[in-house]
Amino acid sequence: MNRWLLLLVAALYLLSLAVGPAWWPWRLGNEVGWAIVWELRLPRATLGLLIGGVLGLSGAVLQGWLRNPLAEPGVIGVSACAGFAAVCAFYSGLAAAFALALPLAGITGAAVAVALLMGAVRSGTGTVSLLLMGVAINAIAAALISLVLALSPNPFAYQEISLWLAGSIVDRDLHYLAMAAPFMMLGAAMVLGAGRWLDALSLGEDTARSLGADTRSLGLRFTLGVGLMVGAATSVAGVIGFVGLIAPHLVRAKVGFRPGATLVPSMLVGAALVLGADVVVRLLPTASELQLGVFTSLVGAPFLVRAVRKAHAAWLAT
Amino acid sequence: MNKTALTVRGLVSRREHAVILDRIDLAFDTGQVTAIVGPNGAGKTTLLRHLAGLDAPAAGRVELRGEPLASLAPALRALSIAYLPQAASAYWPLRAQDLVALGRLPHGANLSRPLRTQDAQAIQRALERVDGTGLAHRPIDTMSQGERARMMMARALATEAAIFLADEPVASLDPAYALESMSILRAEAARGACVIVVLHDLGLAARFADRIVVLANRKVAADGPPAVALAAGVIEAAYGVTFRHVTVDGVPQPVAWEKQR
Repeated sequence: MNRWLLLLVAALYLLSLAVGPAWWPWRLGNEVGWAIVWELRLPRATLGLLIGGVLGLSGAVLQGWLRNPLAEPGVIGVSACAGFAAVCAFYSGLAAAFALALPLAGITGAAVAVALLMGAVRSGTGTVSLLLMGVAINAIAAALISLVLALSPNPFAYQEISLWLAGSIVDRDLHYLAMAAPFMMLGAAMVLGAGRWLDALSLGEDTARSLGADTRSLGLRFTLGVGLMVGAATSVAGVIGFVGLIAPHLVRAKVGFRPGATLVPSMLVGAALVLGADVVVRLLPTASELQLGVFTSLVGAPFLVRAVRKAHAAWLAT
Repeated sequence: MNKTALTVRGLVSRREHAVILDRIDLAFDTGQVTAIVGPNGAGKTTLLRHLAGLDAPAAGRVELRGEPLASLAPALRALSIAYLPQAASAYWPLRAQDLVALGRLPHGANLSRPLRTQDAQAIQRALERVDGTGLAHRPIDTMSQGERARMMMARALATEAAIFLADEPVASLDPAYALESMSILRAEAARGACVIVVLHDLGLAARFADRIVVLANRKVAADGPPAVALAAGVIEAAYGVTFRHVTVDGVPQPVAWEKQR
């Protein structure tokens, strides 16, 4: 399966380089054509590839770790928290003074949200407490963002930020790519090796520990890993929801529901989804280009509805 | 020759401020089935969790072949001690074969890679022992409760650990499954393992255990072969219930009869 997914991702990546106001820009054969490729399309396609990959992977990690098919960075507030922290870095002037402040703030916000969620899952009752905690974190983050914007002296702040938060990878140059990519790759490297312990966690935390899982250090590893991935992704692209929900769902049955085996395919499907969605928003005949995050929500929210129904119908009625 | 596998020395367990277990001293031998019985809330599950190294004692310690369990690396502990929790379940509808393969994680198995021969053989043996080879490819959410419980037991057996801990493995099982599960635990002891099982059914304990530990009021109320540990005075005081004592084929089968006033 991974080989076919890899081919699909490669094809969509090439398509993302090709599609836009100027189609197949390299065929212009001149300096302008190559400038479009290098300075506009390449960063956009590469960000789509990386962000989609880490969002799909984060979804798979969160779902395996929290043992819940509804866990997703956007739905349970991880992206919103990263967004809030990034907004703070932006409007405090920190981001202007120090370039890495933006991704670092995003990473901190995401890691805090993951840690809060883990606490809720440990002390609570499964799906209900996870989703309620997610609702709470989303609400708090949205309220705090509004507060920061109200305090901002910039009259255009609100419009600027709502547009940015809606999620997009338009006009992100190589500078953004260089800023976020190392953190996303580090986060992915941290979680990709932990698949066998996600498998062990299918039996609950106690049994996983009896099988040799060091759940405390694993918790730290997943919190940091997901924080790095979602935080860095959100700080350059805003909130792109539902990718982390859809990707693991599409692959889970094909790998026999083993959480560890969903990691790599979820990463590839996530990359394909974001690359594909980012090509589609360029082709849609809307007056101004539709935000990528808005598009993934339009497509993804019905998926959540279906997943909730299924979860309550059969296996996970907790 | 039986050797001591696990030793409990002056174990005190606290949750919040309540004392759950108060200065427990016990030793468990290889090749034996020990049943832990006692009324609800006596601390049976807590004791088993301490034996598995899942809870940290407030005082005292548990030793694995003389080494304090708390200072043992999780990976080493997992190789020596298999633990089957009460009402064991899985959060995903795994295939039985993959579920049982989780028991090989302490040996370094990885479900995302092809299984090594010794792991595949251990999984096969575990499935055979629970009579579950025919179910190997079935997802566990399509199984009956009894079948699923057998697969959970196979998962713990697949580790082939020196110590096997099971918390009420026969609760909610019909008599046929219950008897079969107990025979599997006996076979595990015959293989040389130290088997410790929490049970509610005193009759099953008397039939299948070499030794019974009665816990009551946070302490060990009795410890010995079934005929000694299940003597009328001991269990009537422990449970607050009068018993009728029947002997079937030489095995005592106490029957709870009436609540004491």
